[in-house]
Amino acid sequence: MQIETLLLMRHEMVLVIIALIALFYEIFSKGNNKQKFIPIFIGIYFINTIIGFLPQSEGTIFGGMFVLSGVQLIMKNVLNIGVLIVLMQSAGWLKKAENKDNMLEFFVLLISTQIGMDYMISSGDFLMFYLGLELATIPIAILAAYERNKSKSAEAGIKLILSSALSSGILLFGISIFYMISGSIYFDEVATFMVNPNPLMALGLVFFFAGMSFKISLVPFHLWTADVYEGAPISVTSYLSVISKAAAAFIFTMILFKVFGQLAYLWKDIIYVLAVLTMTVGNLFAMRQQNLKRFLAFSSIAQAGFILLGIISADKIGLTAVIYFALVYIFSNLAAFGVVGAVSNFSGKETIKEYNGLYKTNPKLSLVMMLALFSLAGIPPVAGFFGKFFLFTSAAQGGYYWLILIAVLNATISLYYYLLVIRAMFIESNETPVPNFKSDFFMRTGIVISVLGIFIIGFIGPIWDYIKVVVDSF
Amino acid sequence: MNFTYTILIPIIPFIIFLFIGLMNSKIKPSLAASLGTGGMLISFILSYYTAFLYFFKSVKVDGAYQKIIAFNAEWLHFTDKLHIDMGVLLDPISVMMLIVVSTISLMVHIYSIGYMKGDDGFNRFYSFLSLFSFSMFGLVVATNIFQMYVFWELVGVSSFLLIGYYYQKPSAVAASKKAFIVTRFADMFFLIGILVLSFVTDTFDFITLTDTTGSAITQGGSILFMGMSTMTWALILIFIGGAGKSAMFPVHIWLPDAMEGPTPVSALIHAATMVVAGVYLVARLFPIFEISAPDALMVVAYVGAFSSLFAAIIATTQFDIKRVLAYSTMSQIGYMITALGVSGYGGHEGVGYMASMFHLFTHAMFKALLFLGAGAVIHAVHTNLMTEMGGLRKYLPITHITFLLACLTIAGVPPFSGFFSKDEILVAAYHHDKVIYFIQMFVAGLTAFYMFRLYFRIFWNTEPHYHHTPHEAPFSMTFPLMFLAFAAVFSGFIPFEKLVTSDGLPLDLHTEWEVAIPAISVGLIGIIIAFVFYKKESSIPDKISQNLRFFYRWAFNKFYIDELYMFVTHKIIFNGVSRPIAWFDRHVVDGTMTGIGKATEFTAKSIKGFQSGQVQKYGFVFVSSAILLAIAFIFYWFY
Repeated sequence: MQIETLLLMRHEMVLVIIALIALFYEIFSKGNNKQKFIPIFIGIYFINTIIGFLPQSEGTIFGGMFVLSGVQLIMKNVLNIGVLIVLMQSAGWLKKAENKDNMLEFFVLLISTQIGMDYMISSGDFLMFYLGLELATIPIAILAAYERNKSKSAEAGIKLILSSALSSGILLFGISIFYMISGSIYFDEVATFMVNPNPLMALGLVFFFAGMSFKISLVPFHLWTADVYEGAPISVTSYLSVISKAAAAFIFTMILFKVFGQLAYLWKDIIYVLAVLTMTVGNLFAMRQQNLKRFLAFSSIAQAGFILLGIISADKIGLTAVIYFALVYIFSNLAAFGVVGAVSNFSGKETIKEYNGLYKTNPKLSLVMMLALFSLAGIPPVAGFFGKFFLFTSAAQGGYYWLILIAVLNATISLYYYLLVIRAMFIESNETPVPNFKSDFFMRTGIVISVLGIFIIGFIGPIWDYIKVVVDSF
Repeated sequence: MNFTYTILIPIIPFIIFLFIGLMNSKIKPSLAASLGTGGMLISFILSYYTAFLYFFKSVKVDGAYQKIIAFNAEWLHFTDKLHIDMGVLLDPISVMMLIVVSTISLMVHIYSIGYMKGDDGFNRFYSFLSLFSFSMFGLVVATNIFQMYVFWELVGVSSFLLIGYYYQKPSAVAASKKAFIVTRFADMFFLIGILVLSFVTDTFDFITLTDTTGSAITQGGSILFMGMSTMTWALILIFIGGAGKSAMFPVHIWLPDAMEGPTPVSALIHAATMVVAGVYLVARLFPIFEISAPDALMVVAYVGAFSSLFAAIIATTQFDIKRVLAYSTMSQIGYMITALGVSGYGGHEGVGYMASMFHLFTHAMFKALLFLGAGAVIHAVHTNLMTEMGGLRKYLPITHITFLLACLTIAGVPPFSGFFSKDEILVAAYHHDKVIYFIQMFVAGLTAFYMFRLYFRIFWNTEPHYHHTPHEAPFSMTFPLMFLAFAAVFSGFIPFEKLVTSDGLPLDLHTEWEVAIPAISVGLIGIIIAFVFYKKESSIPDKISQNLRFFYRWAFNKFYIDELYMFVTHKIIFNGVSRPIAWFDRHVVDGTMTGIGKATEFTAKSIKGFQSGQVQKYGFVFVSSAILLAIAFIFYWFY
């Protein structure tokens, strides 16, 4: 093997180096020096994001275990942008007295999960896929429990690790059935056996679905989501609900297309059922939430249901729509989480009622929140509209008109509860509103990037065209 | 020859509109006025330069003026066939309109410096004037019917903004709403017409549409719908839009009320430019009207003739001087529309077309002059009612002379311009349709009568007691009067038949005295009657109106058309249609929605127990759902 071929893992290698830098800094720094590391680290990560866009050759290594093509590259870059925003938004929170001693752990663990996701996305067989998946999950459980002194945070960690262990079991059960049928774990080779379905194969498929549905938190495999999202620190919640979910959705879509492409007529049924359940139940729960983190958690479940609309058409337009929607979703959701994080850092307030009258004291934050929620609800002309529009288009090409009707109804319901928050901020009065405050530089930058993203992606056609070109060559 | 620079003619007012509109109260009124007027002066010079180049220097093919696309940009691309462009089309009528619009607009800009002086919304006024000029330029140079429609609506909006300029006055607000709603209502038909026309012909483009040998004209009339060809339907619908803007019966009701706007606005928009948009529209599509839908052209001719008679009768009974002028405008536009309706295409047949455009030009000059003169009078005596005026010739000498010239022009007294243009219209009607000819001849007499009734009531007759002694307007207001008087008197000598004709070829015309002499005579008779009735205080008019009481009241109340509209909208549409729909919406639609909302909330509440917080229960649900799904799907797929 030549050294150039190793460069196919450039994304992962850079991330490993960054994680190592953080580790060594932890060892050699003393006491208060740690705080200085935040800007350095964000700077380094910013460089990493840019490096990610440099041209790169495509190919496979390790006998096909690791695959890199344009599509994987786009997905990794999308994740990079998301992680950069999350890091910026967590800077202020990390500086707090109770968190700053362990802040480097936060970085190391966060980067580790991203390394896992990158490997997972680039995987060429089920082994690499599973390793990446676990690497992406276990550190997150630690991160969820990051605020050790809070019992809710600890609860979130333990619930996440228990639930994910269970889901991994089911997932592995499914994978082992595929191995039993085909005698291989390579995607290409397994795919050649996935032609004439039999009940055994169907069992494996459903279990595989169950395992992946857990990661993307599709109903009815979503129950862990609300508790974990509420208990975990906001930065971790936004990471979980945006980055992890996008990564899992990416690899899920690719495996479905690559390995089970011949069985599409079967798994479309499962997707149909899960999509309807997920959108509807996610919405119904979101409607009744008072805590904003929990609220966003359920709304993100509903959003995951919409992603399924792109998968169900099982063609390239669908994959393009999924990637595009993920990009839009990252910016919209991170803008919303950014506002929630900023308010929570400053005042500790997290419920919708406590947001009453926010517009009077913090007009800019309220406007950002409104924009983000409009984007999540899919109101033109912000990006969220186009994200949903393309998903619906791809489903329409597959002829799933009833499903689109249900999705549109659900989008309308979601508008209702997004508007509840907007009403609280703009219309309701409050005697003790959150006072006016100014968040730190990184938080503001993170929010500004998200807002720009919401606008730019909505208005600039070439982004969609670019993703489409890359996906077409996949 | 390169005409690309013509794009600047509309662009300059637009930039000035943006600048004044955005700065608004931050800049001094004098700056706003000089910017607006200066910008318009540039557009004015460019328009005249363009006209000079186009008429005297451009290349003619077989002696005919060509249609030139001076500028074109694709705006919306749907398919290769269906795309909407924005551009500049130069042909005899659009170049002529550039002259009309830029001249009147410049004069109104100058006039308003004096007229609007000290008004709170001075800058707003100038920004709206610029917006209107931009829209009107965009309309006349449109290369395709869709562009025309876009600018058509923009002039509608500008008109709305300017009529409602005194927004503290409830009557102005009501008038602006009325103008907007009525013209929008007509524009709805216009839009449907555009869609039908483009569906039949596969194009929006004017050049393709009016190519007399092209497929649009030769094939368009083949599909029948309810006894008429689709093309006829499309053109009638489009004409309804044009009738709305040009205040033709029965969608004319907005024009008299539009006089609530400042007088310079009435001169610019509601006398000279925007209201002739309907005439321009028909002229623009003239070949297609003439060749593939003669029935539609017949509708055009009779609507125009009826409107001109109808409006002239009302004008003789009104006392508000601006309203008299408004009805006079409607009547004169009726002339232009009729002239198009009785015209043929090409050669001597096309004399109506040429006459219509000629009259449009001269009318713009003398009617703007009349309005600006009326503005000067109102400025001096602070009232609109002619009963409160009289003997003003002593106080307003310049206004008096220019007003008299304008009245002589509109009455068709030779050698003023109105005589030539109106004579050509009568000639065209004479050779085409005798009924219309007699109507128009009668209207010519009425016109002379009501204009001189106005003139004598204002400037002669008994002088009432004025609170302040009236004084002549400042130079900024008298200059436009003199300029326009010059144009009104001498524009009749422009050889229109050589420049603006239906097919671009010059015509050879000579005065037909068997038409001209009766026309002059009825005009003189009208003037003499007005002289007898109104030169001095006289009891004859009252006696006549007493004797004709029934008819007089009918005409005085504008034939109750407004009341008819009120009855139809308020009593029939509101009660018969809107109320039931509102009830249905309130109770059935809203009720269903509330029901759905309640049901959703209820479901949400009842499934909340699922989310218990116990992780062992989550695990149970997880595994059992996986197993249940597996069983369900295996059965569904295989058994």
